[in-house]
Amino acid sequence: MDALRRTLLKGAGATGAIAAAIAAGVLKPSQVLAAEYNRAAFEAKDMAGALKNIGAASAADSTGIAIKAPDIAENGAVVPVDVSSSIPNTISLAVLVDKNPLPLSSAFDFANGALPEMALRLKMGQTSLVEVVAKTADGKYYRAKKEVKVTVGGCGG
Amino acid sequence: MADPMKIRAQMKGDTAEIRVLMSHPMETGQRKDNAGNLVPAHYIQSITIDVAGKRVIQGQTATSVSRNPVFGFRVKGAKAGDKVVINWVDNKGDKRTDEATIAA
Repeated sequence: MDALRRTLLKGAGATGAIAAAIAAGVLKPSQVLAAEYNRAAFEAKDMAGALKNIGAASAADSTGIAIKAPDIAENGAVVPVDVSSSIPNTISLAVLVDKNPLPLSSAFDFANGALPEMALRLKMGQTSLVEVVAKTADGKYYRAKKEVKVTVGGCGG
Repeated sequence: MADPMKIRAQMKGDTAEIRVLMSHPMETGQRKDNAGNLVPAHYIQSITIDVAGKRVIQGQTATSVSRNPVFGFRVKGAKAGDKVVINWVDNKGDKRTDEATIAA
């Protein structure tokens, strides 16, 4: 269940790298204690950064991930999206919106009978790809995407 | 303290369908108020769901999730009468825990 945290640790190279970062004053100790929240991934400003920080930079395209979303969303503030994975042993799903200022919307881990699927509502600032990344128990990553056209953006401003 | 979550949990065959509506502004930190000041980011960061005392879902979210988030999940092997406990924590440290019982 600590998959996200492990990813974070891996992303930072090793605990040693985190200690070095504290020494260098880059990370405050309080932030390290709060490492459960994958800040680097959620605050990444582009897809490449978000994917890298969830450990999925080299995810393979897969047809085993289903994304149900409207082709055209009239209201970008509430875009209903259903995602599911039929890839065996999927333990985690992340949903990203390519063109949003902070693309990573959510990442969920599933265990104890929870099926690797979820329904959620996304904000979309403009027409964009919605990407889903699935992680399997053996640490492999897969991705799929679907374009959603947005007529009225939902990121305020 | 935020308003209670609305939780619906119901069996369909051997699988429980859990839907939850959380009452939260999910501010992006990019929106401006009428006076032109940026509204600070305020959003749910962490969500957990336990069914019958076992952690089934654990997730993290950010501002690309809509205001008053709705999530739907399915849990295989759950039973009618099992207790569902859902918890969220936001970036300001506010939190909320609510529970429901799975209906037959």
